[in-house]
Amino acid sequence: MSNSHSIVRVSGVTKVFKLRKHDVEALRGVDLEIHAGEYLSIMGPSGSGKSTLFNMIGGLDKPSSGKVFIDEVDIAQLDAYELAWLRCRKIGYIFQTFNLIQVMTALENVTLPMIFAGMHNDAAVEKGLDLLEVVGLGDRFRHKPFELSGGQQQRVAIARAMANDPAIILADEPTGNLDLTTGEEIIELLKRLSEEKSVTVISATHDFKMLSVSDRVVWIRDGRIDKVEEREQLSISVGEIAHRA
Amino acid sequence: MFPAYCFCVILFVFGIVLSFVYTLIHKRMIVTKSANRGTEISRQVVLPFMKSLEISLKSIRVRFFRSMITTMSLILAVSFLSFVRVGTDAANGLLQTQNPTYRQALVRAGYDLEPGATSMGSSAKERWIVILSLLVCVVGIVNAQLMAVTERFREIGTIKCLGALDSFVLRLFVLEAGMQGLAGAGIGALLGTVAALLNSLIRFGLVAWRYVYWLAVAKSMVFALAIGCILSLLGVLYPAIVAARMQPVEAMRVEQ
Repeated sequence: MSNSHSIVRVSGVTKVFKLRKHDVEALRGVDLEIHAGEYLSIMGPSGSGKSTLFNMIGGLDKPSSGKVFIDEVDIAQLDAYELAWLRCRKIGYIFQTFNLIQVMTALENVTLPMIFAGMHNDAAVEKGLDLLEVVGLGDRFRHKPFELSGGQQQRVAIARAMANDPAIILADEPTGNLDLTTGEEIIELLKRLSEEKSVTVISATHDFKMLSVSDRVVWIRDGRIDKVEEREQLSISVGEIAHRA
Repeated sequence: MFPAYCFCVILFVFGIVLSFVYTLIHKRMIVTKSANRGTEISRQVVLPFMKSLEISLKSIRVRFFRSMITTMSLILAVSFLSFVRVGTDAANGLLQTQNPTYRQALVRAGYDLEPGATSMGSSAKERWIVILSLLVCVVGIVNAQLMAVTERFREIGTIKCLGALDSFVLRLFVLEAGMQGLAGAGIGALLGTVAALLNSLIRFGLVAWRYVYWLAVAKSMVFALAIGCILSLLGVLYPAIVAARMQPVEAMRVEQ
């Protein structure tokens, strides 16, 4: 699977944030190729530029220089409509803070992206119920986010991210606000979905539980790629970290 | 009183026409663009009107208390407007009977009548107070709506990540304000009219009602209703544009 076409290609991306007088370099030239169907983790300490890179890949932010290609399309060339379409159909976002819309029920949260995609309401509801069933919340579709636990909210967010059968799921610290076991369940769910629907999962994280399911891990340090590890190499370096810790 | 209102109406109509032309041009651009690239037009995101109506109704219901406060300022301003206008209508009805007794009653009630006048408008002072109250009301609405936008940063960022266009966000806020405006102005116009009629009843007795031109009263009510809606939309315009143009990253960065 790893030699299939690259769904995301990042080439020479830098990002400079201007803070009053001095510039802060969040990314100092990142090159990365992500293959379709891969489960990739971006690891790094906070402040390493991990989230910045993540935002670039998701088309949420524009690089200062360099290019980001999604499906071999340079996203800097897209206008507002095409970018919205990309966010709607190609990419599913999962956030650390779940970001469900508080005034809507679980089902409405899941159907919203399908409505944007132009799907008929009844079809969207049917698919939304199916998706909630898949993530194990089939009987809770009428609950509002504040009536659900953290893990359940994240499940709804995953169902919402899957709504338009995206090619890529971007998960920014998906387990950051969850306890150990719930986090593991969420990771399991993501892994299962990525295998069943052959979705590319890209997650920015510093949760070591994520390592065991990742096909590849990209370590980021000071705005540069420190090293990229395939799964086979992982067990060794994890042992090393465990040892260091 | 008219020039100021006329100005508001013209501004409003101009805004609508402008946004309409803007959407038209943009649609044309997408079509030509996709034609050039040979891709189909289905590469679009949509939000059906009924769905946006449903969403904005829902968010009014959920944040009922906040929308009540916005609506309240509108109710007060509009009811004052319709109170003044309907009061003048009632006085005009009495004046036009040409009956000296009624005329004297009007003068006693504080109306400045030119000798021999058969009709009158509202006084300059009244006009100024009304205009001021409407201005204060708009400022209040802008304030409340800006708060509402800040409160919903994250929600706006999220729906933008799900593929919403700027225009969807704009539409949701404008629809909400439109509904608040309609409700607030409706209640306000009704309250003001009832108050004005009761007031004239107490001052002049039942005769006041006998000579009232109901058509003029209805006109005043519709006028107040329209002004209320326009004010509400005028007040939401800036906050809604702020919300619509927000980048998703910025919106997500806000801690909540």
